[in-house]
Amino acid sequence: MIEPLLIEKSVKGRLAYRLPPLDLPETFVRELEPLPAHLRREGSARLPEVSELDVVRHFTRLSKMVHGVDDGMYPLGSCTMKYNPKLGEEVARMAQFTRIHPLQDVSTVQGCLSVIHSLLEDLSAITGMSWGSLQPCAGSHGEYTGLKMIRAYFLKQGDRRRTKVLIPVSAHGTNPASAAVNGFDVVEVASNRKGLVDLADLKSKLSDEVAALMLTNPNTLGLFEEDILEISEAVHEAGALLYYDGANLNAIMGKARPGDMGFDVLHLNLHKTFSTPHGGGGPGSGPVMVNDLLRPFLPKPDIIPQEEGYAFDWDRPDSIGKVSMFWGNFLVYLRAYVYILRMGGEGLRAAAGHAVLNANYLAKKLAPYYEIPYTSGIMHEFVISVKNYKERYGVTAEDFAKALIDEGYHPPTVYFPLIVDEALMIEPTESESPESLDAFIEAMIRIAEKAKRDPASLKKAPVSTPVGRLDQVKAVKDAKVRY
Amino acid sequence: MIHPYIPHTDEDRARMLEALGLSSIDRLFEVVGEELLLEDPVPIAHGRTEEEVRRMIDSIARRNIRGIPFLGGGSYDRIIPSTVQALSSLPSFVTAYTPYQAEMSQGLLQAIFEFQSMVCEITSMDIANASLYDGSHAIVEAALLMVNAKRGAKRVLVSATIHPFALEALQTWVLGAGYELEMIPEKDGVADLAGLDIADDVGGLIVQSPNRYGFIEDYDGIAELLHEHKALLAISADPLSLAIQRTPGQWGADIAVGDTQSLGLGLAFGGPACGYMAVKRPLLRRIPGRLVGMTTDGEGRRGFTLTLQAREQHIKRERATSNICSNQALAALMTTIHLSSLGWSGMVEAAGQSYAKAHYLAHHLGRIPGLEVPDAHPFWCEFPLVFQDANHLETFLRELRNEGIFAGVRLSTLTRKDTDESVLLVAVTEKRSREELDLYIRTARRVMG
Repeated sequence: MIEPLLIEKSVKGRLAYRLPPLDLPETFVRELEPLPAHLRREGSARLPEVSELDVVRHFTRLSKMVHGVDDGMYPLGSCTMKYNPKLGEEVARMAQFTRIHPLQDVSTVQGCLSVIHSLLEDLSAITGMSWGSLQPCAGSHGEYTGLKMIRAYFLKQGDRRRTKVLIPVSAHGTNPASAAVNGFDVVEVASNRKGLVDLADLKSKLSDEVAALMLTNPNTLGLFEEDILEISEAVHEAGALLYYDGANLNAIMGKARPGDMGFDVLHLNLHKTFSTPHGGGGPGSGPVMVNDLLRPFLPKPDIIPQEEGYAFDWDRPDSIGKVSMFWGNFLVYLRAYVYILRMGGEGLRAAAGHAVLNANYLAKKLAPYYEIPYTSGIMHEFVISVKNYKERYGVTAEDFAKALIDEGYHPPTVYFPLIVDEALMIEPTESESPESLDAFIEAMIRIAEKAKRDPASLKKAPVSTPVGRLDQVKAVKDAKVRY
Repeated sequence: MIHPYIPHTDEDRARMLEALGLSSIDRLFEVVGEELLLEDPVPIAHGRTEEEVRRMIDSIARRNIRGIPFLGGGSYDRIIPSTVQALSSLPSFVTAYTPYQAEMSQGLLQAIFEFQSMVCEITSMDIANASLYDGSHAIVEAALLMVNAKRGAKRVLVSATIHPFALEALQTWVLGAGYELEMIPEKDGVADLAGLDIADDVGGLIVQSPNRYGFIEDYDGIAELLHEHKALLAISADPLSLAIQRTPGQWGADIAVGDTQSLGLGLAFGGPACGYMAVKRPLLRRIPGRLVGMTTDGEGRRGFTLTLQAREQHIKRERATSNICSNQALAALMTTIHLSSLGWSGMVEAAGQSYAKAHYLAHHLGRIPGLEVPDAHPFWCEFPLVFQDANHLETFLRELRNEGIFAGVRLSTLTRKDTDESVLLVAVTEKRSREELDLYIRTARRVMG
């Protein structure tokens, strides 16, 4: 099934939409001067000319060539592909939210402001931080914002020497990239044999040139950094700050709080932990949360309660300023607010508990068939290595991933974290029932057997999709990125 | 059963724990340590049922008040075909992740490819990415691209007429990052580009049209001047305006940026919006964010995939062109459906009607004593309404609100400058009816008379 580009179905003169006719007085329209010629556009843009049904069929067909959480299990590690409740979609479509302009008089947007304020209160309680901002639109935008606050904090102290940010080798790629965008130098911290931060290496790299350590906890191997209190003490003793990448908060949500671990600033991925849909790559929402130390540096404006209702507070002299055009991805964090209301404190705790239960159950059942290099203290996700299959049968992590597609599953994250060879990173989330986990386990066992028996067949996978494996070299060489 | 979002029954839990040889889920959390484990749930409200939450949200939503918006300042109330909501809500689109597994994501990849193509067509550029967060972020990424593209570049020239909030986002970016912004002053409401001085350490110039006041700017000769100094030109533009005004590509710009909010996204209290960036071919390997390319599979079938990923953070880490990972994919899809429905003729019609209706309102308001519409420069769908006496503005807004009209955005709301208190930005889109326009005019006459 190949769906043409809509432009390829275009027929001159066909219409999918008609605007109401211009209803101004004819004389006015006749006498209206157009834009001066030298400021006017030359020529037209090539857009499809199709009927309304053409548009409907086109995008409906395209949607059938996409696998979402609603289609089936999506154990994509570090992405927390949990169920996205339909109530969130319903609420995000309410005209009382969708048709509110961001610059309306503050007295007419009290509903929106109360959502922002209440959500920040809940997120503060959940993370153990003192306040935050919902302006960042995604996780890495949150990282950018958090690191900028760290920068502003040290500038305020007159400390210009702290130009380094320490980042474990196992970290997400956004961590070093966000540090670089903020003008920091990145220094890598090694992992120890257990897959955790190597304390000795960390301590040897701490100095008065270090601004922060960025840490994901549980880390990208799905392991809890059990030395976190010692890490926190060492970092703070060196005068540096501790940054929490909240990508994996689902593992400990409601059970433990980054604030209690000594983190000074963090970002959340509401599109992971708090169940807002990923939308095919966004829009997400990446709030930053801070302790009292960094609170003055939060983006502005803040939302503050008044005697009656809420107001914007722009009077924040130490604020790093704005990081997005208006108030962040409102319709996204609105869904997260709805999720928190549905779950409550007990529900969030239970979600973390079952996410961890599911991951451990999967790891246990897969262990006879797959090597799991780091097993001690698995939380919400774990990483298997198919290095031995590659050595003996020539079957790679990519081959396993593509074979899973033919079994009807979205593959796990592959080739990440970088410290595991031929890695497949599996995160089932709390949404999957044991039956669904068992079915996945069976599929994984079938593929493992195939890898031994008939490795060539895995090289051909997937065969059930509209296209097979694509020529990536050609894609780069041609760089055909538009019609 | 604990919660509708968690499927495990007591028996399920028992069976799974037995397989793990554990007595309870708590055992799995021992590694966290007693010192850190919370004894009680975090202090937020108890979970509610779906119906209870629905009721609660309904009552919160009622505290928002809607009016007939003549509000702009970067977000515009436009006509959106019903196809946009219906098709962008298809659950596979909504609940998919980034299309890393191309074979399983062809529909999404193709839609992004169509988005990139349409952005290129509209801006007259060569390469467009899969989206950025919003218009202000697109401007920040343009600045970052400029200083990275030219050896020794430390400064970016910025017109004082770009959107005030986008300027603030730029100022946030330079904070401690090792770069500098140099403001290009405004003259009569447009960027004063005469006598532009381009030093060796200047990476480029960022301008915006329609600018913060709604004026269309003239960039004749600017790209050539910058290129003589190996600097780049970035033009930020509302993409719908490009159905009428000269495009970034036609001005010779290297980078086109903006926000597709005006193409199918609605108001949504400001977000999600959807930043776009399009560049000329030589900047292909420098553009930030995701790019979808067309290729073939082993059997020669056409397919789409994320490409040129060596620019991106998950490959290049600290040497990536940007830190962006998640973008605004679903919003970009909405824009793609919107443009597929409107077509070029619909875009021209929407932009043209906005122009006509905005000028109709400006024409009538400008003749009311005490009000002035500056006419030094052409505008498209938004114009500044200047009050001779700033004190009248408050009454004006209140009286129009009583008629159900949100009359405009106070410039001082955006700039927080006392000197801007007498200026109201009035935006008129194709969605405003003659009746609404005439009600605005009648009420304005009454209030000012």
